[in-house]
Amino acid sequence: MSAFFLKRALQAFVAVLGVITLIFFLQRLAGDPVLLLVPQNATQADIEAMRTSLGFDRPLAVQYFDYLSGLIMFDFGRSYVQNVPVWTLILSRLPYTLMLAGGALLVAFGVGIPLGVAMAVRRGRPEAKAMMGFVLAGQSMPTFWSAILMIIVFAVWLGWLPPSGARSWSSLIMPSIALGLLSMATFARVARTAVLDELEKDYVRTGHAKGLPMHRIVARHLLRNAAIPVVTVAALEIANLLAGAVIVETVFAWPGLGQLTVQAINARDFMLVQGVVLLGAVTAIVLNLVADLLYSIIDPRIRLEGNA
Amino acid sequence: MVSSSAAVVRPLKARRLPWTVVPFLAILAGLVLMAIFAPLVSPVDPNAQNLLARLKAPGFSSRGIVYYLGTDELGRDVLSRIIYGARVSLLVAFASVALSGVFGSTLGMVAAFYRGWVETVLMRLVDIVLSVPAILLAIITVAVLGPSLTNVVIVLALTRWPRYARVAYGQTLSVANMPYVRLSRFMGAGWFRLLSRHILPNIAGGLIVVATLEFGLMVLFEAGLSFLGLGVQPPTSSWGAMLSTGRNYVGTAWWIATFPGVALFLLVLAINLIGDHMRDRLDPRSR
Repeated sequence: MSAFFLKRALQAFVAVLGVITLIFFLQRLAGDPVLLLVPQNATQADIEAMRTSLGFDRPLAVQYFDYLSGLIMFDFGRSYVQNVPVWTLILSRLPYTLMLAGGALLVAFGVGIPLGVAMAVRRGRPEAKAMMGFVLAGQSMPTFWSAILMIIVFAVWLGWLPPSGARSWSSLIMPSIALGLLSMATFARVARTAVLDELEKDYVRTGHAKGLPMHRIVARHLLRNAAIPVVTVAALEIANLLAGAVIVETVFAWPGLGQLTVQAINARDFMLVQGVVLLGAVTAIVLNLVADLLYSIIDPRIRLEGNA
Repeated sequence: MVSSSAAVVRPLKARRLPWTVVPFLAILAGLVLMAIFAPLVSPVDPNAQNLLARLKAPGFSSRGIVYYLGTDELGRDVLSRIIYGARVSLLVAFASVALSGVFGSTLGMVAAFYRGWVETVLMRLVDIVLSVPAILLAIITVAVLGPSLTNVVIVLALTRWPRYARVAYGQTLSVANMPYVRLSRFMGAGWFRLLSRHILPNIAGGLIVVATLEFGLMVLFEAGLSFLGLGVQPPTSSWGAMLSTGRNYVGTAWWIATFPGVALFLLVLAINLIGDHMRDRLDPRSR
């Protein structure tokens, strides 16, 4: 167990390091960061002074290791535009994004799993095909479009829900649905495949033979076995939800990390963009690791194969 | 690949397409034709502004021009902008799929063919890029490089190639030890001939399925980047940018955001359905 865990953790660590390096050099590649910060009419002396004060006059390698050692202490640098530590800005927005991701996960799980199970059990029947059509539609629906349609119908025409902002709990409903729809499709597909695989197993036939009704076989025996792939996908989907939040938060003016990113891009605040993207990337890598470890705990064959 | 060899033994008859796929093939063909012949099909110039006809509802007519899908905030014809927007969507998706497909498949095949440290480095790189959400990588890259059509294609190609690399890698591994490949190698065939004549044709099916499903995703990504203002720049019309404008007029002009969204949805749905169908045909196990 520990050998497999160590190997995977090491891989994740290399991935994190790779992403940090990628992001750091990507930004330096784009040109002189100082020129983006100084006003149009700055003199050469001003530019040099700025360069020295921000440490951009040092060799690239020194800057890189400086950046790395800062990250270990959760120092993501300072936002040049707002002159506030990036980490402080991130912390102030993080709860909103987590709330949104939680709501979306609830929608995705609550709708996707029952849908997937029903599609597998009723496979080949017209109602299963109709459900598959619904899932495909959910998968093809751009989040920003479903979001805008919901605003038009439920906020503008019917007036049931607030169109944007985060003043009350009801503000969370539409963003959660918009964000959850895509993951819903993924969960439904994974659950369908997992249940289909399980339906062919011997214990299902035994259940039938001793006269158990279908719903009881599914609820008591099948779901536990089919849960393994679903749990793994859940960890990966959370990473996708965080990325999808960028667009959904923009549409609904939800004050989370996604909105912060877009504002930072428009203000050319690269330190901030870099911080948020890095956080998202590291979260995704960690969730990947968690998914793998969960899988190996639930199904020991995987780590045994990994060692062989 | 057991499934593919079985398919070769059984003569491949041109099976009739199921009724669920046909209409979507028609939609896809219609959208592609519309994009190619945009100047002929579109009623007016997509960038022609008519400030007297701002934010008019669908069906509004002025000076002999009928605005079938209404006008936007500058009095431009929404229908014409959707028709021209199809060009951007399809062009970006096609170029990025072609670029990342060729790049990724080549690296995947090379990794599986040479093994050793080449394999380790390439496949670890694949793991790293795949573990970061593509849209995040795209956002930071475009933010740094600056938004433009070319940059969007480059970014999408750079973030999506590992998908093809992984499939090409896995399938090459299973094909590379087949007797005919070994025989060909024994007869003195070079690596290029082995990969291009013997391995590629046998793994192409899986790669085409990935490319089809990726095509739909690329259309969505382009629209998403344009929606955030990181894609094609105005006045060139793009569905994502139209939706972004429409977001500001949901209360007064619902049609600006609704119709480009319909076009986007239909295009992606058609591609996904066709891709699903192709996967089922090529890989019977996933049915």
